Amino acid sequence: MYLKQLSVFVDNKPGALYAPCSALAEAGVNLSSIFLADTKDFGILRVITKDNEKALNVLRENNFAVKLTDVLAIEIEDVPGALSKILKTVESMGLDVLYMYAAVGTSGKPVMIFRFDDADNALEKLRDADCTIVSSEQFFA
Amino acid sequence: MAKPYNPVSAADYLPRHLLQEIQLKRLQNIIKHEYDNVPFYRQRMDEKGVKPEDIKTLKDIQLLPFTMKKDLRDTYPFGLFAVPMNKIVRLHASSGTTGKPIVVGYTQEDVDSWTNCMARALAAGGVTSNDIIQNSYGYGLFTGGLGAHNGIEALGATVVPTSGGNTERQIMLMRDFGVNGICCTPSYFIHLCEKAAEMGVNVKALPIRVGFFGAEPWTQEMRQRIEEASGIETFDIYGLSEMSGPGVGIECEHHCGLHIFEETFYPEIIDPDTGEVLPDGERGELVFTTINKFGMPMIRYRTRDLTRIIPEPCPCGRTLRRIDRISARSDDMFIIRGVNVFPSQIESAFLSVDATALPHYRITLTRRPDGLDDMLIEIEVREEQFSDDMRKMNELQKKFSHEIERILGIRAMVKIVQPGAIPRSEGKAKRVFDLRNTTK
Ligand SMILES: [Zn+2]
Repeated sequence: MYLKQLSVFVDNKPGALYAPCSALAEAGVNLSSIFLADTKDFGILRVITKDNEKALNVLRENNFAVKLTDVLAIEIEDVPGALSKILKTVESMGLDVLYMYAAVGTSGKPVMIFRFDDADNALEKLRDADCTIVSSEQFFA
Repeated sequence: MAKPYNPVSAADYLPRHLLQEIQLKRLQNIIKHEYDNVPFYRQRMDEKGVKPEDIKTLKDIQLLPFTMKKDLRDTYPFGLFAVPMNKIVRLHASSGTTGKPIVVGYTQEDVDSWTNCMARALAAGGVTSNDIIQNSYGYGLFTGGLGAHNGIEALGATVVPTSGGNTERQIMLMRDFGVNGICCTPSYFIHLCEKAAEMGVNVKALPIRVGFFGAEPWTQEMRQRIEEASGIETFDIYGLSEMSGPGVGIECEHHCGLHIFEETFYPEIIDPDTGEVLPDGERGELVFTTINKFGMPMIRYRTRDLTRIIPEPCPCGRTLRRIDRISARSDDMFIIRGVNVFPSQIESAFLSVDATALPHYRITLTRRPDGLDDMLIEIEVREEQFSDDMRKMNELQKKFSHEIERILGIRAMVKIVQPGAIPRSEGKAKRVFDLRNTTK
Protein backbone atom coordinates (compact mmCIF):
# COMPACT_ATOMS: atom_id res chain seq x y z
CA MET A 1 0.00 0.00 0.00
CA TYR A 2 2.96 2.26 0.47
CA LEU A 3 4.40 4.50 -2.13
CA LYS A 4 8.19 4.67 -2.35
CA GLN A 5 9.63 8.12 -2.10
CA LEU A 6 13.23 9.03 -2.79
CA SER A 7 14.92 11.63 -0.56
CA VAL A 8 18.13 13.44 -1.47
CA PHE A 9 20.29 15.56 0.81
CA VAL A 10 21.09 18.91 -0.84
CA ASP A 11 22.83 22.11 0.19
CA ASN A 12 20.70 25.15 0.63
CA LYS A 13 22.30 27.35 -1.98
CA PRO A 14 21.29 28.66 -5.37
CA GLY A 15 21.48 25.98 -8.02
CA ALA A 16 21.71 23.08 -5.59
CA LEU A 17 18.65 21.41 -7.12
CA TYR A 18 20.02 21.58 -10.62
CA ALA A 19 22.59 18.79 -10.21
CA PRO A 20 20.29 16.02 -8.92
CA CYS A 21 17.42 17.00 -11.24
CA SER A 22 19.57 17.17 -14.35
CA ALA A 23 21.27 13.88 -13.48
CA LEU A 24 17.85 12.23 -13.24
CA ALA A 25 16.63 13.89 -16.42
CA GLU A 26 19.73 12.80 -18.35
CA ALA A 27 19.16 9.23 -17.23
CA GLY A 28 15.58 9.47 -18.49
CA VAL A 29 13.99 9.17 -15.06
CA ASN A 30 10.51 10.60 -15.09
CA LEU A 31 9.48 12.41 -11.91
CA SER A 32 5.82 12.30 -10.86
CA SER A 33 6.26 14.71 -8.01
CA ILE A 34 9.02 16.82 -6.53
CA PHE A 35 9.02 18.55 -3.18
CA LEU A 36 11.76 20.43 -1.34
CA ALA A 37 11.93 20.95 2.41
CA ASP A 38 14.69 23.19 3.63
CA THR A 39 16.25 24.91 6.61
CA LYS A 40 18.61 27.86 6.38
CA ASP A 41 21.53 25.42 6.03
CA PHE A 42 20.39 22.44 4.00
CA GLY A 43 17.47 20.86 2.22
CA ILE A 44 15.85 17.51 1.58
CA LEU A 45 14.58 16.97 -1.92
CA ARG A 46 11.78 14.41 -2.10
CA VAL A 47 10.78 12.90 -5.40
CA ILE A 48 8.34 10.21 -6.45
CA THR A 49 9.09 8.22 -9.54
CA LYS A 50 8.12 4.91 -11.03
CA ASP A 51 11.77 4.09 -11.62
CA ASN A 52 13.25 4.09 -8.13
CA GLU A 53 16.10 1.71 -8.78
CA LYS A 54 17.45 3.68 -11.70
CA ALA A 55 17.00 6.98 -9.85
CA LEU A 56 18.81 5.62 -6.81
CA ASN A 57 21.74 4.41 -8.89
CA VAL A 58 22.04 7.61 -10.86
CA LEU A 59 22.03 9.76 -7.74
CA ARG A 60 24.54 7.58 -5.91
CA GLU A 61 26.84 7.62 -8.93
CA ASN A 62 26.70 11.36 -8.68
CA ASN A 63 27.80 11.24 -5.05
CA PHE A 64 24.46 12.16 -3.45
CA ALA A 65 23.25 10.84 -0.11
CA VAL A 66 19.95 9.15 -0.90
CA LYS A 67 17.23 7.29 1.03
CA LEU A 68 14.12 5.38 0.02
CA THR A 69 11.16 5.96 2.33
CA ASP A 70 7.64 4.56 2.62
CA VAL A 71 4.97 7.22 2.34
CA LEU A 72 1.19 7.01 2.11
CA ALA A 73 -0.85 8.65 -0.65
CA ILE A 74 -4.40 9.50 0.33
CA GLU A 75 -6.91 10.43 -2.33
CA ILE A 76 -8.45 13.86 -2.18
CA GLU A 77 -12.00 13.80 -3.54
CA ASP A 78 -12.95 16.56 -5.91
CA VAL A 79 -15.41 18.17 -3.46
CA PRO A 80 -15.07 21.28 -1.28
CA GLY A 81 -13.61 20.55 2.15
CA ALA A 82 -12.10 17.20 1.15
CA LEU A 83 -8.60 18.10 2.33
CA SER A 84 -9.66 19.41 5.71
CA LYS A 85 -11.67 16.23 6.17
CA ILE A 86 -8.53 14.13 5.72
CA LEU A 87 -6.49 16.31 8.05
CA LYS A 88 -9.21 16.09 10.65
CA THR A 89 -9.25 12.32 10.45
CA VAL A 90 -5.46 12.15 10.82
CA GLU A 91 -5.55 14.50 13.76
CA SER A 92 -8.36 12.68 15.53
CA MET A 93 -6.36 9.45 15.35
CA GLY A 94 -3.41 11.10 17.05
CA LEU A 95 -1.05 10.15 14.24
CA ASP A 96 2.36 11.81 14.23
CA VAL A 97 2.88 13.45 10.83
CA LEU A 98 6.49 14.21 9.91
CA TYR A 99 5.44 16.07 6.79
CA MET A 100 2.91 16.10 3.98
CA TYR A 101 2.49 17.60 0.57
CA ALA A 102 0.11 17.51 -2.37
CA ALA A 103 0.89 15.56 -5.53
CA VAL A 104 -0.82 14.33 -8.66
CA GLY A 105 -0.30 10.80 -9.90
CA THR A 106 0.20 9.93 -13.54
CA SER A 107 -3.37 8.73 -13.33
CA GLY A 108 -4.36 12.36 -12.74
CA LYS A 109 -5.58 11.59 -9.24
CA PRO A 110 -4.88 14.41 -6.77
CA VAL A 111 -3.46 12.97 -3.53
CA MET A 112 -1.88 14.07 -0.26
CA ILE A 113 1.45 12.40 0.45
CA PHE A 114 1.98 11.71 4.15
CA ARG A 115 5.08 10.58 5.95
CA PHE A 116 4.07 9.29 9.38
CA ASP A 117 6.46 8.63 12.20
CA ASP A 118 4.94 5.16 12.54
CA ALA A 119 3.84 4.25 9.03
CA ASP A 120 2.44 0.77 9.82
CA ASN A 121 0.27 2.04 12.61
CA ALA A 122 -1.00 4.88 10.42
CA LEU A 123 -1.81 2.53 7.57
CA GLU A 124 -3.82 0.26 9.81
CA LYS A 125 -5.81 3.10 11.35
CA LEU A 126 -6.47 4.92 8.08
CA ARG A 127 -7.67 1.75 6.41
CA ASP A 128 -10.40 1.51 9.01
CA ALA A 129 -11.32 5.16 8.58
CA ASP A 130 -13.13 6.55 5.63
CA CYS A 131 -9.94 7.26 3.59
CA THR A 132 -8.94 6.03 0.17
CA ILE A 133 -5.34 5.00 0.15
CA VAL A 134 -3.87 5.13 -3.34
CA SER A 135 -1.55 2.25 -4.13
CA SER A 136 1.55 2.50 -6.26
CA GLU A 137 -0.29 0.80 -9.16
CA GLN A 138 -3.16 3.27 -8.94
CA PHE A 139 -0.83 6.25 -8.57
CA PHE A 140 1.17 5.36 -11.65
CA ALA A 141 -1.79 4.00 -13.66
CA MET B 1 58.14 -15.22 11.66
CA ALA B 2 61.77 -14.18 11.21
CA LYS B 3 62.24 -10.77 9.75
CA PRO B 4 64.32 -10.50 6.60
CA TYR B 5 67.72 -8.99 7.39
CA ASN B 6 68.21 -5.53 6.01
CA PRO B 7 71.83 -4.40 6.13
CA VAL B 8 70.58 -0.88 5.65
CA SER B 9 69.13 -0.99 9.19
CA ALA B 10 72.42 -1.72 10.98
CA ALA B 11 72.76 1.92 12.04
CA ASP B 12 69.48 1.63 13.96
CA TYR B 13 71.12 -0.70 16.48
CA LEU B 14 74.41 1.05 17.33
CA PRO B 15 75.36 0.96 21.01
CA ARG B 16 74.45 4.33 22.54
CA HIS B 17 78.02 5.34 23.36
CA LEU B 18 79.10 4.72 19.76
CA LEU B 19 76.11 6.61 18.46
CA GLN B 20 76.94 9.56 20.72
CA GLU B 21 80.57 9.55 19.56
CA ILE B 22 79.40 9.79 15.97
CA GLN B 23 76.91 12.50 16.90
CA LEU B 24 79.55 14.63 18.60
CA LYS B 25 82.04 14.29 15.75
CA ARG B 26 79.39 15.17 13.21
CA LEU B 27 78.08 18.08 15.27
CA GLN B 28 81.53 19.62 15.65
CA ASN B 29 82.20 19.16 11.98
CA ILE B 30 78.92 20.71 10.83
CA ILE B 31 79.17 23.70 13.18
CA LYS B 32 82.62 24.51 11.85
CA HIS B 33 81.31 24.12 8.30
CA GLU B 34 78.44 26.52 9.02
CA TYR B 35 80.64 29.05 10.78
CA ASP B 36 83.14 29.08 7.94
CA ASN B 37 80.64 29.17 5.08
CA VAL B 38 77.35 30.81 6.09
CA PRO B 39 77.62 34.48 7.09
CA PHE B 40 74.16 34.25 8.66
CA TYR B 41 75.26 31.59 11.15
CA ARG B 42 78.65 33.16 11.77
CA GLN B 43 76.90 36.41 12.73
CA ARG B 44 74.39 34.62 14.95
CA MET B 45 77.13 32.71 16.72
CA ASP B 46 79.29 35.79 17.13
CA GLU B 47 76.33 37.57 18.68
CA LYS B 48 76.07 34.76 21.22
CA GLY B 49 79.82 34.78 21.70
CA VAL B 50 80.21 31.13 20.74
CA LYS B 51 82.94 29.67 18.52
CA PRO B 52 82.94 26.23 16.84
CA GLU B 53 85.69 25.06 19.18
CA ASP B 54 83.40 25.70 22.17
CA ILE B 55 81.43 22.58 21.20
CA LYS B 56 83.23 20.01 23.29
CA THR B 57 80.35 17.77 24.33
CA LEU B 58 76.89 17.09 22.90
CA LYS B 59 75.45 19.19 25.69
CA ASP B 60 77.30 22.23 24.34
CA ILE B 61 74.76 22.33 21.53
CA GLN B 62 72.72 24.40 23.97
CA LEU B 63 75.18 27.28 23.47
CA LEU B 64 74.12 27.57 19.84
CA PRO B 65 71.42 29.88 18.46
CA PHE B 66 68.06 28.57 17.21
CA THR B 67 66.95 28.69 13.58
CA MET B 68 63.34 29.66 12.89
CA LYS B 69 61.19 29.17 9.82
CA LYS B 70 61.27 32.94 9.45
CA ASP B 71 65.06 32.80 9.00
CA LEU B 72 64.56 30.61 5.93
CA ARG B 73 62.09 33.08 4.48
CA ASP B 74 64.33 36.06 5.25
CA THR B 75 67.29 34.46 3.48
CA TYR B 76 65.22 33.33 0.46
CA PRO B 77 66.29 31.71 -1.77
CA PHE B 78 69.90 30.59 -1.15
CA GLY B 79 71.03 32.62 1.86
CA LEU B 80 71.58 29.59 4.11
CA PHE B 81 73.43 27.46 1.58
CA ALA B 82 76.82 26.37 2.91
CA VAL B 83 78.40 25.16 -0.32
CA PRO B 84 78.92 26.76 -3.75
CA MET B 85 76.09 26.24 -6.22
CA ASN B 86 78.13 23.78 -8.29
CA LYS B 87 77.97 21.35 -5.33
CA ILE B 88 74.17 21.59 -5.08
CA VAL B 89 72.49 18.84 -7.10
CA ARG B 90 68.86 19.33 -6.07
CA LEU B 91 66.45 22.04 -4.92
CA HIS B 92 63.10 21.54 -3.24
CA ALA B 93 60.65 24.16 -2.08
CA SER B 94 57.55 24.26 0.07
CA SER B 95 54.25 25.44 -1.33
CA GLY B 96 54.18 28.86 0.20
CA THR B 97 50.57 29.41 1.24
CA THR B 98 51.63 32.64 2.86
CA GLY B 99 54.50 34.69 1.51
CA LYS B 100 57.71 33.24 0.15
CA PRO B 101 58.31 29.51 -0.09
CA ILE B 102 61.00 27.74 1.90
CA VAL B 103 63.86 26.59 -0.35
CA VAL B 104 66.21 23.73 0.49
CA GLY B 105 69.32 22.61 -1.37
CA TYR B 106 71.12 19.27 -1.29
CA THR B 107 74.58 18.08 -2.24
CA GLN B 108 74.86 14.57 -3.67
CA GLU B 109 76.00 13.37 -0.21
CA ASP B 110 72.91 15.00 1.33
CA VAL B 111 70.63 13.20 -1.12
CA ASP B 112 72.40 9.91 -0.33
CA SER B 113 72.07 10.41 3.42
CA TRP B 114 68.37 11.27 3.05
CA THR B 115 67.88 8.22 0.85
CA ASN B 116 69.56 6.04 3.47
CA CYS B 117 67.20 7.29 6.20
CA MET B 118 64.17 6.77 3.99
CA ALA B 119 65.27 3.23 3.15
CA ARG B 120 65.70 2.45 6.86
CA ALA B 121 62.24 3.84 7.51
CA LEU B 122 60.74 1.49 4.94
CA ALA B 123 62.77 -1.41 6.32
CA ALA B 124 61.39 -0.67 9.80
CA GLY B 125 57.95 -1.25 8.29
CA GLY B 126 59.06 -4.65 6.98
CA VAL B 127 59.57 -3.66 3.34
CA THR B 128 62.15 -5.74 1.45
CA SER B 129 63.38 -6.04 -2.11
CA ASN B 130 60.49 -8.42 -2.76
CA ASP B 131 57.92 -5.67 -2.38
CA ILE B 132 56.18 -3.40 -4.84
CA ILE B 133 55.57 0.02 -3.35
CA GLN B 134 53.23 2.59 -4.82
CA ASN B 135 54.45 6.10 -4.17
CA SER B 136 51.49 8.48 -4.20
CA TYR B 137 53.30 11.42 -2.66
CA GLY B 138 53.42 14.30 -5.09
CA TYR B 139 56.57 14.36 -7.23
CA GLY B 140 58.08 17.75 -7.76
CA LEU B 141 59.13 20.58 -5.52
CA PHE B 142 57.51 18.81 -2.57
CA THR B 143 60.06 16.50 -0.92
CA GLY B 144 57.61 13.64 -0.37
CA GLY B 145 57.61 12.15 -3.87
CA LEU B 146 61.31 12.03 -4.70
CA GLY B 147 62.31 11.36 -1.09
CA ALA B 148 60.20 8.23 -0.80
CA HIS B 149 61.07 7.22 -4.36
CA ASN B 150 64.83 7.19 -3.68
CA GLY B 151 64.34 5.22 -0.47
CA ILE B 152 62.21 2.55 -2.13
CA GLU B 153 64.77 2.06 -4.89
CA ALA B 154 67.69 2.07 -2.46
CA LEU B 155 66.05 -0.77 -0.56
CA GLY B 156 65.78 -2.72 -3.79
CA ALA B 157 62.00 -2.75 -3.73
CA THR B 158 60.00 -1.88 -6.86
CA VAL B 159 58.63 1.63 -6.96
CA VAL B 160 55.42 2.50 -8.79
CA PRO B 161 55.83 6.28 -9.14
CA THR B 162 52.18 7.25 -9.47
CA SER B 163 52.59 10.61 -7.70
CA GLY B 164 49.32 12.19 -6.49
CA GLY B 165 46.08 12.44 -8.42
CA ASN B 166 44.08 10.35 -10.86
CA THR B 167 42.82 8.17 -8.04
CA GLU B 168 40.88 5.73 -10.20
CA ARG B 169 43.97 4.83 -12.15
CA GLN B 170 45.96 4.52 -8.92
CA ILE B 171 43.46 1.94 -7.69
CA MET B 172 43.57 0.06 -10.96
CA LEU B 173 47.38 -0.09 -10.87
CA MET B 174 47.40 -1.05 -7.23
CA ARG B 175 45.19 -4.01 -8.06
CA ASP B 176 46.79 -5.01 -11.37
CA PHE B 177 50.41 -4.70 -10.19
CA GLY B 178 49.76 -6.51 -6.92
CA VAL B 179 51.15 -3.58 -4.93
CA ASN B 180 52.22 -4.52 -1.37
CA GLY B 181 52.70 -1.11 0.15
CA ILE B 182 51.95 2.55 -0.32
CA CYS B 183 53.48 5.89 0.64
CA CYS B 184 51.10 8.86 0.77
CA THR B 185 49.33 11.27 3.07
CA PRO B 186 46.82 9.59 5.41
CA SER B 187 43.98 11.74 4.10
CA TYR B 188 44.78 10.76 0.53
CA PHE B 189 44.72 7.09 1.46
CA ILE B 190 41.30 7.52 3.06
CA HIS B 191 40.16 9.17 -0.15
CA LEU B 192 41.64 6.30 -2.14
CA CYS B 193 39.80 3.69 -0.02
CA GLU B 194 36.53 5.53 -0.50
CA LYS B 195 37.05 5.75 -4.22
CA ALA B 196 37.95 2.04 -4.36
CA ALA B 197 34.71 1.18 -2.56
CA GLU B 198 32.78 3.27 -5.09
CA MET B 199 34.52 1.41 -7.90
CA GLY B 200 33.65 -1.91 -6.30
CA VAL B 201 37.31 -2.69 -5.47
CA ASN B 202 37.77 -4.33 -2.08
CA VAL B 203 41.09 -3.01 -0.78
CA LYS B 204 41.09 -5.66 1.95
CA ALA B 205 41.24 -8.38 -0.68
CA LEU B 206 44.25 -6.81 -2.44
CA PRO B 207 47.86 -7.82 -1.61
CA ILE B 208 48.61 -4.40 -0.09
CA ARG B 209 49.67 -4.93 3.52
CA VAL B 210 51.52 -1.80 4.61
CA GLY B 211 51.27 1.99 4.36
CA PHE B 212 53.68 4.78 5.26
CA PHE B 213 51.71 7.86 6.07
CA GLY B 214 53.08 11.29 6.77
CA ALA B 215 53.38 14.91 5.63
CA GLU B 216 50.41 15.84 7.80
CA PRO B 217 49.39 15.08 11.37
CA TRP B 218 46.86 12.29 11.72
CA THR B 219 44.89 11.07 14.67
CA GLN B 220 44.62 7.66 16.24
CA GLU B 221 41.02 7.60 14.99
CA MET B 222 42.21 8.09 11.42
CA ARG B 223 44.63 5.22 11.91
CA GLN B 224 41.82 2.94 13.06
CA ARG B 225 39.67 4.02 10.20
CA ILE B 226 42.40 3.30 7.66
CA GLU B 227 43.18 -0.07 9.18
CA GLU B 228 39.53 -1.08 9.27
CA ALA B 229 38.84 0.06 5.73
CA SER B 230 41.93 -1.49 4.18
CA GLY B 231 43.26 -4.16 6.55
CA ILE B 232 46.82 -2.83 6.18
CA GLU B 233 49.41 -2.07 8.84
CA THR B 234 50.06 1.65 9.10
CA PHE B 235 53.38 3.32 9.88
CA ASP B 236 53.63 6.93 10.88
CA ILE B 237 56.57 8.51 9.11
CA TYR B 238 57.90 11.88 10.16
CA GLY B 239 59.82 14.37 8.15
CA LEU B 240 60.05 17.95 7.07
CA SER B 241 61.75 19.52 4.12
CA GLU B 242 63.88 21.79 6.33
CA MET B 243 65.59 18.60 7.57
CA SER B 244 65.60 16.70 4.26
CA GLY B 245 62.08 15.41 3.67
CA PRO B 246 60.33 12.20 4.69
CA GLY B 247 62.44 9.83 6.76
CA VAL B 248 63.45 11.82 9.84
CA GLY B 249 61.59 9.42 12.10
CA ILE B 250 59.61 6.21 11.74
CA GLU B 251 57.50 3.87 13.80
CA CYS B 252 58.76 0.32 14.20
CA GLU B 253 56.53 -2.76 14.36
CA HIS B 254 55.65 -1.95 17.99
CA HIS B 255 53.94 1.31 17.01
CA CYS B 256 54.91 3.04 20.23
CA GLY B 257 56.41 6.30 19.09
CA LEU B 258 58.72 7.19 16.21
CA HIS B 259 62.43 6.33 16.21
CA ILE B 260 64.51 9.33 15.15
CA PHE B 261 67.47 8.73 12.86
CA GLU B 262 69.65 10.36 15.47
CA GLU B 263 73.02 9.94 13.78
CA THR B 264 71.65 12.30 11.10
CA PHE B 265 69.12 14.48 12.94
CA TYR B 266 70.06 15.47 16.47
CA PRO B 267 66.84 16.01 18.46
CA GLU B 268 66.15 18.25 21.45
CA ILE B 269 62.95 19.14 23.23
CA ILE B 270 62.70 22.71 24.45
CA ASP B 271 60.29 24.83 26.38
CA PRO B 272 58.75 26.83 23.49
CA ASP B 273 58.50 29.96 25.64
CA THR B 274 61.93 30.09 27.30
CA GLY B 275 63.98 28.06 24.80
CA GLU B 276 65.33 26.00 27.69
CA VAL B 277 66.14 22.34 26.94
CA LEU B 278 63.82 19.90 28.70
CA PRO B 279 64.83 16.46 29.97
CA ASP B 280 63.72 13.32 28.12
CA GLY B 281 60.12 12.50 28.89
CA GLU B 282 58.94 16.10 29.13
CA ARG B 283 56.71 17.54 26.48
CA GLY B 284 57.79 20.57 24.49
CA GLU B 285 58.80 21.79 21.06
CA LEU B 286 60.88 19.49 18.89
CA VAL B 287 64.16 20.99 17.69
CA PHE B 288 66.57 19.39 15.23
CA THR B 289 70.15 19.94 14.16
CA THR B 290 71.10 18.29 10.88
CA ILE B 291 74.50 16.88 11.72
CA ASN B 292 75.10 15.07 8.44
CA LYS B 293 73.97 17.54 5.82
CA PHE B 294 76.28 19.96 4.04
CA GLY B 295 74.34 21.83 1.36
CA MET B 296 72.12 23.62 3.81
CA PRO B 297 72.61 22.47 7.38
CA MET B 298 70.14 23.60 10.01
CA ILE B 299 71.30 24.41 13.52
CA ARG B 300 68.70 23.88 16.25
CA TYR B 301 65.78 24.28 13.85
CA ARG B 302 62.49 24.85 15.69
CA THR B 303 59.92 22.57 14.08
CA ARG B 304 56.93 23.97 16.04
CA ASP B 305 55.84 20.37 16.52
CA LEU B 306 54.95 19.48 20.08
CA THR B 307 56.04 16.10 21.44
CA ARG B 308 58.39 14.47 23.95
CA ILE B 309 61.37 12.14 23.77
CA ILE B 310 60.41 8.75 25.14
CA PRO B 311 63.11 7.84 27.68
CA GLU B 312 62.53 4.06 27.80
CA PRO B 313 64.25 1.78 25.27
CA CYS B 314 62.01 0.24 22.62
CA PRO B 315 61.28 -3.50 22.68
CA CYS B 316 62.38 -3.71 19.03
CA GLY B 317 66.01 -3.30 20.09
CA ARG B 318 66.72 -0.15 18.12
CA THR B 319 68.91 2.19 20.13
CA LEU B 320 67.53 5.26 18.37
CA ARG B 321 65.38 7.25 20.77
CA ARG B 322 61.71 7.72 20.04
CA ILE B 323 59.34 10.68 20.07
CA ASP B 324 55.61 10.52 20.65
CA ARG B 325 53.45 10.67 17.57
CA ILE B 326 52.70 14.24 16.64
CA SER B 327 48.96 14.66 16.53
CA ALA B 328 49.09 18.32 15.70
CA ARG B 329 51.60 20.51 13.99
CA SER B 330 51.51 23.96 15.47
CA ASP B 331 51.45 25.32 11.90
CA ASP B 332 47.92 23.97 11.52
CA MET B 333 46.89 25.55 14.76
CA PHE B 334 44.93 28.75 14.62
CA ILE B 335 43.80 31.18 17.24
CA ILE B 336 40.23 32.34 17.38
CA ARG B 337 38.77 34.53 20.11
CA GLY B 338 41.92 33.98 22.11
CA VAL B 339 41.67 30.19 22.01
CA ASN B 340 44.28 27.94 20.40
CA VAL B 341 42.52 25.44 18.16
CA PHE B 342 44.03 22.36 16.54
CA PRO B 343 42.08 20.73 13.70
CA SER B 344 42.67 17.41 15.49
CA GLN B 345 40.47 18.65 18.35
CA ILE B 346 37.69 19.31 15.89
CA GLU B 347 38.21 15.85 14.40
CA SER B 348 37.84 14.27 17.80
CA ALA B 349 34.56 16.16 18.22
CA PHE B 350 33.31 14.68 14.93
CA LEU B 351 34.29 11.20 16.01
CA SER B 352 32.56 11.47 19.33
CA VAL B 353 29.34 12.18 17.40
CA ASP B 354 29.90 9.38 14.89
CA ALA B 355 32.90 7.11 15.36
CA THR B 356 32.42 5.16 12.14
CA ALA B 357 34.32 7.59 9.97
CA LEU B 358 36.07 10.93 9.95
CA PRO B 359 34.07 13.20 7.66
CA HIS B 360 35.48 15.54 5.07
CA TYR B 361 35.35 19.00 6.53
CA ARG B 362 36.50 22.55 6.07
CA ILE B 363 37.06 25.31 8.58
CA THR B 364 36.65 28.90 7.42
CA LEU B 365 37.63 31.82 9.63
CA THR B 366 36.23 35.25 8.92
CA ARG B 367 36.22 38.62 10.64
CA ARG B 368 33.16 40.80 11.02
CA PRO B 369 33.40 44.58 10.49
CA ASP B 370 33.19 45.01 14.27
CA GLY B 371 36.35 42.91 14.67
CA LEU B 372 34.68 39.76 15.99
CA ASP B 373 35.87 36.48 14.50
CA ASP B 374 33.62 33.69 13.23
CA MET B 375 34.45 30.06 12.62
CA LEU B 376 32.37 28.15 10.09
CA ILE B 377 32.78 24.39 10.05
CA GLU B 378 31.28 22.58 7.09
CA ILE B 379 30.92 18.83 7.42
CA GLU B 380 29.99 16.47 4.63
CA VAL B 381 27.11 14.14 5.43
CA ARG B 382 27.57 10.47 4.65
CA GLU B 383 24.64 8.48 3.28
CA GLU B 384 24.50 6.38 6.47
CA GLN B 385 23.91 9.57 8.45
CA PHE B 386 21.24 10.89 6.13
CA SER B 387 17.63 10.61 7.20
CA ASP B 388 14.53 11.77 5.39
CA ASP B 389 13.39 13.07 8.77
CA MET B 390 14.31 16.75 8.97
CA ARG B 391 14.33 16.65 12.77
CA LYS B 392 17.07 14.02 12.73
CA MET B 393 19.19 16.07 10.36
CA ASN B 394 18.79 19.14 12.56
CA GLU B 395 19.75 17.01 15.54
CA LEU B 396 22.87 15.74 13.78
CA GLN B 397 23.95 19.30 13.02
CA LYS B 398 23.28 20.30 16.63
CA LYS B 399 25.24 17.34 17.99
CA PHE B 400 28.30 18.35 15.96
CA SER B 401 27.91 21.89 17.16
CA HIS B 402 27.57 20.88 20.84
CA GLU B 403 30.56 18.55 20.76
CA ILE B 404 32.74 21.22 19.18
CA GLU B 405 31.68 23.74 21.80
CA ARG B 406 32.27 21.19 24.57
CA ILE B 407 35.80 20.41 23.37
CA LEU B 408 36.96 23.89 22.31
CA GLY B 409 35.01 25.98 24.76
CA ILE B 410 33.91 28.30 21.97
CA ARG B 411 30.99 28.22 19.62
CA ALA B 412 31.30 27.59 15.89
CA MET B 413 28.78 27.83 13.08
CA VAL B 414 28.33 24.26 12.00
CA LYS B 415 26.79 23.39 8.69
CA ILE B 416 26.26 19.93 7.28
CA VAL B 417 26.75 19.83 3.53
CA GLN B 418 26.13 17.29 0.79
CA PRO B 419 28.77 14.66 -0.04
CA GLY B 420 31.46 16.01 -2.35
CA ALA B 421 30.63 19.64 -1.56
CA ILE B 422 34.11 20.23 -0.15
CA PRO B 423 36.83 20.17 -2.81
CA ARG B 424 39.35 17.34 -2.39
CA SER B 425 43.07 17.90 -2.42
CA GLU B 426 45.28 15.00 -3.32
CA GLY B 427 48.37 16.23 -1.56
CA LYS B 428 48.30 17.55 1.94
CA ALA B 429 44.67 18.22 2.86
CA LYS B 430 44.01 21.87 3.49
CA ARG B 431 41.41 22.08 6.24
CA VAL B 432 41.66 25.63 7.50
CA PHE B 433 40.88 28.69 5.41
CA ASP B 434 41.75 31.82 7.31
CA LEU B 435 40.14 34.75 5.51
CA ARG B 436 40.57 37.17 8.38
CA ASN B 437 43.53 39.07 6.92
CA THR B 438 41.86 39.74 3.63
CA THR B 439 38.36 40.57 4.83
CA LYS B 440 39.62 43.11 7.44
ZN1 LIG C 1 61.08 0.23 18.13
